[in-house]
Amino acid sequence: MPDEGLVELLLAGDEAAFATVVRAWSPAMLRVARAHVRSDASAEEVVQEAWVGVLRGLRLFEGRASLRTWVFRILVNTARRRGRGDAVVMAELAGPTVDPLRFRDADDQYPGGWREESTPAWWGPESRVLRAELREALSRALTELPERQRAVVELRDVHGLQALEVCELLDLTPANQRVLLHRGRARLRGILEEAAP
Amino acid sequence: MSLPPARDVSCQQLVELLTDYLEGVLTPDEVTAVERHLALCDGCAAYLDQFRTTIDALGSVPVQTLSDETVAGLLEAFRGLTR
Repeated sequence: MPDEGLVELLLAGDEAAFATVVRAWSPAMLRVARAHVRSDASAEEVVQEAWVGVLRGLRLFEGRASLRTWVFRILVNTARRRGRGDAVVMAELAGPTVDPLRFRDADDQYPGGWREESTPAWWGPESRVLRAELREALSRALTELPERQRAVVELRDVHGLQALEVCELLDLTPANQRVLLHRGRARLRGILEEAAP
Repeated sequence: MSLPPARDVSCQQLVELLTDYLEGVLTPDEVTAVERHLALCDGCAAYLDQFRTTIDALGSVPVQTLSDETVAGLLEAFRGLTR
């Protein structure tokens, strides 16, 4: 959404403009908030509180950052005040993402190569994989990912945020952001593989 | 030689490098090793294709948003502020 003129519209009391940004940005804001607090209900309260903070501060907004960046900064500050501030759980970062049994042993002629019976198969045309029931399986699987993995995967691949932005919003190093993204994606691929024809 | 090929990176190692590969953070040597492996190994090429399909599919899952009640409350606050 173009930032230009948006602040002026909001300051002029353009309710439609406000409704548009609330609808456009709140889904990603909810996901960020949910990574800091323990329940969906608290996340909704955090986002609500952040928007109220935005309205209060709007006249003071100086336009040094984009409006969107400023809104997300207020969100993160609000979420941190309410949040648990857990560090990334090591279990979310460690271990292989594909079952080691699918690969040949160290003493094999091709150690670490796919075993014949467990080599990934081509899924065929994307349309087949993206059938409604598989999309549902994907949605369900997202809710079962560990919290940080889910937050990173959704912000990057569902909401389309940049890596650096996600690091800032979730207090992650770039390396940990990538590890969480990789583990989450790999887990979801595995679930689609089981569901694929 | 028959499959699986590519001695520099094993299939088991390659599957853990894919996000770094897609994010563009591998060194040029690592990129070369990954791409040589992918060119020769049908299993890993299929895996990467599945990985990409998964990422694409994520772009179209429904997202959670604020309740109508919360949005209505915010619009009300907005009206109050600019009245």
